[in-house]
Amino acid sequence: MLRLELRKEPSRAMRYATPVLAVLLTILAGGIMFALMGKDPVEALHVFFISPLSDLFSITELMVKASPLILIAVGLSFGFRAGVWNIGAEGQFTVGALTGGVVALIFYNVPGIWLLPMMTIAGVLGGMAWAAIPAFLRTRYNANEILVSLMLTYVAILLLSVLVHGPLRDPEGLNFPESRMFHDSATLPILIAGTRANIGFVVAILVAITAWIVMARHVIGFQVRVMGEAPLAARFSGFLESRIVWLCLMISGGLAGMAGLFEAAGSVGQLVPMLPVGYGFTAIIVAFLGRLNPIGIVAAGLVMAVTYIGGEAAQIELGLPSAVTGVFQGMLLFFLLGIDVLVHYQIKSRRPSAVAAKS
Amino acid sequence: MDLTILILQGIIVAATPLLFAAIGELVVEKSGVLNLGVEGMMIVGAIAGFAMTIESGSHLLGLVAAATAGAATAAIFAVLTQFLMSNQVATGLALTIFGLGVSALWGQGYSGQSTAPLARLHIPVISDLPIVGPLLFSHDILVYLSVALVVGVAWFLNRTRAGLILRAVGESHSSAHAIGYPVVKVRFLALLFGGACAGLGGAYLSLVQTPLWVEDMTAGRGWIALAIVVFATWKPGRAFAGAYLFGGVTVLQLHAQGFGVGIDAQYLSMLPYVTTVVVLVIISRDKARVSLNAPACLGKPFYASS
Repeated sequence: MLRLELRKEPSRAMRYATPVLAVLLTILAGGIMFALMGKDPVEALHVFFISPLSDLFSITELMVKASPLILIAVGLSFGFRAGVWNIGAEGQFTVGALTGGVVALIFYNVPGIWLLPMMTIAGVLGGMAWAAIPAFLRTRYNANEILVSLMLTYVAILLLSVLVHGPLRDPEGLNFPESRMFHDSATLPILIAGTRANIGFVVAILVAITAWIVMARHVIGFQVRVMGEAPLAARFSGFLESRIVWLCLMISGGLAGMAGLFEAAGSVGQLVPMLPVGYGFTAIIVAFLGRLNPIGIVAAGLVMAVTYIGGEAAQIELGLPSAVTGVFQGMLLFFLLGIDVLVHYQIKSRRPSAVAAKS
Repeated sequence: MDLTILILQGIIVAATPLLFAAIGELVVEKSGVLNLGVEGMMIVGAIAGFAMTIESGSHLLGLVAAATAGAATAAIFAVLTQFLMSNQVATGLALTIFGLGVSALWGQGYSGQSTAPLARLHIPVISDLPIVGPLLFSHDILVYLSVALVVGVAWFLNRTRAGLILRAVGESHSSAHAIGYPVVKVRFLALLFGGACAGLGGAYLSLVQTPLWVEDMTAGRGWIALAIVVFATWKPGRAFAGAYLFGGVTVLQLHAQGFGVGIDAQYLSMLPYVTTVVVLVIISRDKARVSLNAPACLGKPFYASS
């Protein structure tokens, strides 16, 4: 019999090895899944995982998909380290797109270099405001932030829908539920001509680097880590729990709001009801896959972007349903969480005495 | 009068899936495990029940498939959290993401199809009574099963030895383990039960409420069920009240939409979610009451060192 034995200290090697192992296991399980669906697993995996990396256009598309994931996941990583579970990033993303987008629509005929920064600030503030609700309700009334932030996601998506159907609808359009298109100085500059890769990716990388410095070197990062790993110690040393809750929700809400605005002002270019496509949820997986470490999250965001682009390619070339992407993402997180046990435990063969003691 | 009965019947139909999911999760949480994957287990149950009913033509087989699929989904969570000591919050979220993906994949061929809704029981004479008949004695079997489950779970938790052990495991897994109770086994079984209940709740959506298969058709009901457990302060009777409260809000906003009260439909659709937040705040405000009723080991991983 095998049994798990607690390591004296967490294994550093395993901490870095498990995400890679999880990706490999997911690819293996994916191959089995494709075979069960009657597709050639080698061909399917090639379309899914290799084709997104094979030409420049696909690589720039990876950047488009990875940017919102990285931005949101970096924000979430602060909270997840401190035990503050904001899982309503999708809602904060939506509200950020809405508030930032409204600024663009107010100045729909006024171009200016100041417009994009103003939209970004509005988007960040919108995301923060939406995240402030669970922060306030948790710190003041002890209400569970998981459930509150999630419920607000549904509210935010309905809010976007009602506004785009009504007051924000393009007055010169054909009555479709969509806003005016943002003009040139209200859309993100393109990095590489002829592609959709925009400046949002650069911002996401800069945000990740800043977050890494804050987490590793700044007292805020220290407090966040202590709160998550030793809540009692945090309390005794006088960190205010409510301050950390607020801080984590403001960081994650603000970055999710920024991601939402970047999506609206980037690849979409207007407000539409279908703007939220689940980045806020996928970012949760990205945060864990990246070990809640901002630099790791950049890598994880790119890996996750592959599953999106690969999923689209598989849909077109192999006729596989788009839902395959969701299955892949779920499996990836399962494998990661499962083999993460090796970070804190090691596998030992059971000694006879332990069997006798009926462990 | 007819309208009142229609609304009340609607509330029962809206409340039943919530009640199934909530009562299952209540047992899980009483054993000290927080499974946030209710939404994922419900949606897998919804497609499993629907697909099986279409393929076999039998609602009974559909319900069995739904419960089995829900339990199987829960088993993934159980293996990860109980044997591999993974973080329960993260694993629950993974279960929801995975469940939504798997169900969408499985349901590809079934969207747009329809099946006959689960038959309503008709008891001669009693079902024909005015008011009482349509209100209490002419529902489908699952409505009665959900009520029986509440009574059964309340009895199990408070009046049986096995229920006492389950609560002991939830209050202090170390003490329970020291006495010799099989902590992991108890939690595993509780999780399977919770998964089966969530699966039935999902099947109620796809076989009675609509009866259709639509991607993401649970629309947050699994999360509302989690809120109902907190609302109920982990007491089965109150979970019943909670499920019917949320069912009531859902149905009333639907009728308000039907009457065209001059408010955009989207605002009315927000009501169940906003109600959940408000109710959570009202219940959680009293910190002492929540901590008095919440299982002390809720969400904490258990590792038997000896």
